[in-house]
Amino acid sequence: MATSFSATLPLHGSQENRLLLPPIRLAPPPPSFLGSTRSLTVPSSRRLYHAHAARRSPVVGVQEVVKEKKVTNSLLITKEEGLVLYEDMILGRSFEDMCAQMYYRGKMFGFVHLYNGQEAVSTGFIKLLTQSDSVVSTYRDHVHALSKGVSARAVMSELFGKVTGCCRGQGGSMHMFSKEHNMLGGFAFIGEGIPVATGAAFTSKYKREVLKQDCDDVTVAFFGDGTCNNGQFYECLNMAALYKLPIIFVVENNLWAIGMSHLRSTSDPEIWKKGPAFGMPGVHVDGMDVLKVREVAKEAVTRARRGEGPTLVECETYRFRGHSLADPDELRDAAEKAKYAARDPITALKKYLVENKLASEGELKTIEKKIDELVEEAVEFADASPQPGRSQLLENVFADPKGFGIGPDGRYRCEDPKFTEGTAQV
Amino acid sequence: MWGILRRSAVDGGGFSASSLRRTRFALVSARSYAAGSKEMTVRDALNSAIDEEMSADPKVFVMGEEVGQYQGAYKITKGLLEKYGPERVYDTPITEAGFTGIGVGAAYAGLKPVVEFMTFNFSMQAIDHIINSAAKSNYMSAGQINVPIVFRGPNGAAAGVGAQHSQCYAAWYASVPGLKVLAPYSAEDARGLLKAAIRDPDPVVFLENELLYGESFPISEEALDSSFCLPIGKAKIEREGKDVTITTFSKMVGFVLKAAEKLAEEGISAEVINLRSIRPLDRATINASVRKTSRLVTVEEGFPQHGVCAEICASVVEESFSYLDAPVERIAGADVPMPYAANLERLALPQVEDIVRAAKRACYRSK
Repeated sequence: MATSFSATLPLHGSQENRLLLPPIRLAPPPPSFLGSTRSLTVPSSRRLYHAHAARRSPVVGVQEVVKEKKVTNSLLITKEEGLVLYEDMILGRSFEDMCAQMYYRGKMFGFVHLYNGQEAVSTGFIKLLTQSDSVVSTYRDHVHALSKGVSARAVMSELFGKVTGCCRGQGGSMHMFSKEHNMLGGFAFIGEGIPVATGAAFTSKYKREVLKQDCDDVTVAFFGDGTCNNGQFYECLNMAALYKLPIIFVVENNLWAIGMSHLRSTSDPEIWKKGPAFGMPGVHVDGMDVLKVREVAKEAVTRARRGEGPTLVECETYRFRGHSLADPDELRDAAEKAKYAARDPITALKKYLVENKLASEGELKTIEKKIDELVEEAVEFADASPQPGRSQLLENVFADPKGFGIGPDGRYRCEDPKFTEGTAQV
Repeated sequence: MWGILRRSAVDGGGFSASSLRRTRFALVSARSYAAGSKEMTVRDALNSAIDEEMSADPKVFVMGEEVGQYQGAYKITKGLLEKYGPERVYDTPITEAGFTGIGVGAAYAGLKPVVEFMTFNFSMQAIDHIINSAAKSNYMSAGQINVPIVFRGPNGAAAGVGAQHSQCYAAWYASVPGLKVLAPYSAEDARGLLKAAIRDPDPVVFLENELLYGESFPISEEALDSSFCLPIGKAKIEREGKDVTITTFSKMVGFVLKAAEKLAEEGISAEVINLRSIRPLDRATINASVRKTSRLVTVEEGFPQHGVCAEICASVVEESFSYLDAPVERIAGADVPMPYAANLERLALPQVEDIVRAAKRACYRSK
């Protein structure tokens, strides 16, 4: 989409960062909002995704990077990186499509929320993280879990409710947890994950400052446009900026909260503006372009790792399917859907890779085939896995193995002299 | 000994000369005669417990409104900011949902937060995090992510604070699997249970009582030791008896003990059980006591419908029905939001006379 930016404006109280991501000004205020078709016709000057948009990225910081790179290599990614991004997005798409199929065949049940169309956001951010960085998401979390490293088999089994799932079938579609990969959920209530993510970022800072450990883990919190009207969001923006926590708040603005249009429910629909109000940079980026998202993400993650505090990133994106598989999706305009379908992030990346000779069509086809097989295998694995045993019903309510303060030897823990051994000389 | 407590006059208590003559414990427990045993207020007990746990484990930290520079809204966290610094004692903005969620997130990542609610009424703004992110997480993640967090603060009615500041949340939290709910009474309870709660790997809701903070109780040397800990899930028999079992928790324990005194004058020997732990409920102790006495009176301060007393009555009826000689009696707060006027407030909460009357009813003695 067309973005132009005025002169860099200093953000409130955060002038110390030169590579500051300035708020993007859309000038003049358009008659319709982003790609939404709710208002008048789209101005013809608005550019859709362009293969070379990378060089005209709206973010100042990135432009500087690109200028430097122009000397040697004008592309934003190497071949290896490109293939990794492509594979991750294809995995997300194929997996979600397979979920839809399985749901309609009755293998999956309950609430299933699919991520088709938004893959660029997940891939763009999560592929920059290490294993010890944390990700917190909402109910639309399958692809976040996959990008973070949870195996397709584990996620598919979890969706089928089998014991081999990542949460042994106890969580389900909306509650993907993985301690190994630091995927901290999967929350059904919108806004619930934001304070939890802020707490994980808090721990990172605490480990560094109080426990004196070498810790520069960041946390990325994903949530939607509807969440941005929720009180918890503002409470956490405030506290994250106040305590300078290493967190990135990523808004996946797909313009719709089930059937409620973002424009109908929000007094000021430009969410990135809410960042500077709390003293952190607010950035708007085209969420249908994985390369742009990746550039913004790099900057935000680096900021967080350096200890400079949080960033609010608003990604303009779109979900190609309904809110969930039970949503008839009648309120969204077909023209709007078509417009965004033309900006499919996977097609766009493919075009970029091929046109810039980073990969051949054949290589990309091989990746697609590989992922297809992986997803099929995941389904077979999930099908063949057993359901949880009856005894599992009462397990894991407490971390105490027998619950209720009773240790493994059957006696109360506090009667065991070893339990209190750690108490220092006070 | 029973550790029977004599408190400074709050409810016009003191003991009549007659009860002094009749009760055996008077000499042992009357404050002026307590030889060698120290006394400690509940406030100091809580403060020392948090202090010792923070000193022992650097992962423990405190967060809440006014816990730092103000020294705690009820002075429970007095002195902690000076001792441990602002990195471990956080004064939060007024954002219950936000800071409770941050505490839960920090617990997911391995720290041990102690989150203070100024009163548990404010926890309703954060109840989503207490229940959905904290209580249910270990189950939803199949044991991968446990949440070693403590939510503490005053619960129940204070004096004249009105309807929105006086609700008792024991029943609400105790109905949720995945939470442990504790309600101390004496200083020893407060110390032991809070230490156990902070060390526990699961989310614990720790319900204190504002009116008990200033109360002094005798405390043993053992309880003053920094390794002292009480078991979660075990009730305490405050006073042994053989005619009727009276169970209660938190502030009501004091009232019931007074009522037991009065009943003893009339020849009814009441067994008083201080629940200490609402979830898990010590059904074994309660039922064993009822099987001994054959009569049950349960007392609590909260709303009657679906309360803790209801659960205890159901448990006793299910497990010890054939031992009961009388219908189970249940005394709870009035089924109204708490009124403000002092006389109405008195009427809305169980008083010693109500407990005595109920116990007599259970023993088939009329007025």
